Amino acid sequence: MRLVTAVVKPFRLEDVKAALQEAGITGMTVSEAQGFGRQGGHTEVYRGAEYQIDFVPKVRIEVVVDDAEADRVVRLIVEAARTGRIGDGKVWTTPVEDLIRIRTGEHGPDALR
Amino acid sequence: MHYNSGDTAWVLVSAALVLFMTPGLALFYGGMVRRKNVLGMLIQNFAVMAVVSLVWVWVTYSLAFGPDAGGVGLIGTLHFAGLAHLNQVVPGFSGPHAMTIPPVAFIIFQMMFAIITPALLTGSGADRMKFGAFLVFIVAWSVLVYAPIAHWVFSPDGWLARRGAEDFAGGTVVELNAGMAGAALALVAGRRRGWPNSLMRPHNIPLTVLGGGILWFGWFGFNAGSALTANGAGTAFINTNTATAAALLAWIAVEKVRTGKPTTLGAVSGAIAGAVAITPACGFVNTLGATVIGALAGAVCAVAVSLKFRLGLDDSLDVLAVHGVAGLLGVLLVGFFGTAASLGSDGLFYGGGAGLLGHQALAVVTVGAYSLLVTAGIAWVIRATVGLRVSENDERVGLDISLFEENAYDFEASSGSRALGPFGSSSTSRGAT
Repeated sequence: MRLVTAVVKPFRLEDVKAALQEAGITGMTVSEAQGFGRQGGHTEVYRGAEYQIDFVPKVRIEVVVDDAEADRVVRLIVEAARTGRIGDGKVWTTPVEDLIRIRTGEHGPDALR
Repeated sequence: MHYNSGDTAWVLVSAALVLFMTPGLALFYGGMVRRKNVLGMLIQNFAVMAVVSLVWVWVTYSLAFGPDAGGVGLIGTLHFAGLAHLNQVVPGFSGPHAMTIPPVAFIIFQMMFAIITPALLTGSGADRMKFGAFLVFIVAWSVLVYAPIAHWVFSPDGWLARRGAEDFAGGTVVELNAGMAGAALALVAGRRRGWPNSLMRPHNIPLTVLGGGILWFGWFGFNAGSALTANGAGTAFINTNTATAAALLAWIAVEKVRTGKPTTLGAVSGAIAGAVAITPACGFVNTLGATVIGALAGAVCAVAVSLKFRLGLDDSLDVLAVHGVAGLLGVLLVGFFGTAASLGSDGLFYGGGAGLLGHQALAVVTVGAYSLLVTAGIAWVIRATVGLRVSENDERVGLDISLFEENAYDFEASSGSRALGPFGSSSTSRGAT
């Protein structure tokens, strides 16, 4: 199994969720996040005083999938989250040793379905 | 006594409108501070309503409007302290100046001005003042600064009023006074830790917009109520609205030129600057005067808010740049645009010569200097005795938690249980088992 983590623009979340649901992915965890990459924040102006805001609001999406599905899920997220402009975010995968469904105690890929 | 029930009703309603401005101001300022200090801002404003309500009826009303001490026009006596001699005519308001409302209606109306003026100072000392020290400051400031200046200008026996200085609704007594006092308080209290380099952006601009809207609404009581008659209030009312509108547009136009985009905070700030500037002038000018005064105030204040960074003065929410500068402009512009039967002479642009402008300039210099110096003195004494500022740690944590053990917004999923204090182990919580 692999954990797919994506940090994307908040307004792309709906499209990413729809794409994954359509592809049969049955769950995800979403959290609000802040950060910066190459875009390096933005400026805000209050009463003429300019502030450099370092952290930009982002959404972090986490999905655990079978090894075989990981590439497809990454590709779906990349396509759904892309606007082509700076600040679109990142997606990465990490190996997952084990997974347990709390309600039933099922382990491994069985707990995914 | 020939009281006019319409006038009395209007002044009483106006008094209630003006009182509502202080909670409006609390929201206006509360939105501009950081999240950890919003309750500290709100409670200061509410506390001013309570403190000055008592100080006014017991002491400062009499100092401001009581019989003049020694006939020199500097301060009233304690003849009316505790609202004694309530049915006597307010000194100076006789003959052609006779009021058509009972003195108590005037006392109530003027009380609301005495409340909102020190409340304005919360914007200068934001995020760093000890609460007890703030309350002591407000009492001292009401007695030593507000009452004398109100006497000089608002009482017909005051020395500036007798010389011919004109202030329809408080451009000197409220606005310029608050601006200079705010600068003094910010100077003596010192900068907030991290200012000007750390990020101190407004935490809730919608609150500020709501507060600004309440101020605009209440200002009709403030300005049109100051006519003290119902039939005479219309000019002040429409001029207030006209200047506020012109200033809002002027401020965001300046922003568009300076930084490329108009801002919501700028629109609200512009409206306030316009209402401030028309305050001394609203009953004395025509539509052209109101439009120009408003537009000038909006444009000038939009630039003046950047001055504090050059001066290194952490006037946190721009009391000097908005109230001080717009108040100063409005008072002086009466000397140019004034044209009304109630004025001793018209302004420069209406053939009255420079006499009125001279009186206005004298009022600006004396009120401004007195407010700056005496406020700095009061703040310095408090700083040297009980201390003016919270500890460094309390400032970092924020006033809401460190001074009041409260949290304005419950956004976090949290865990906890009720702490049992002296009254905590109540029979209901134990008896249920």
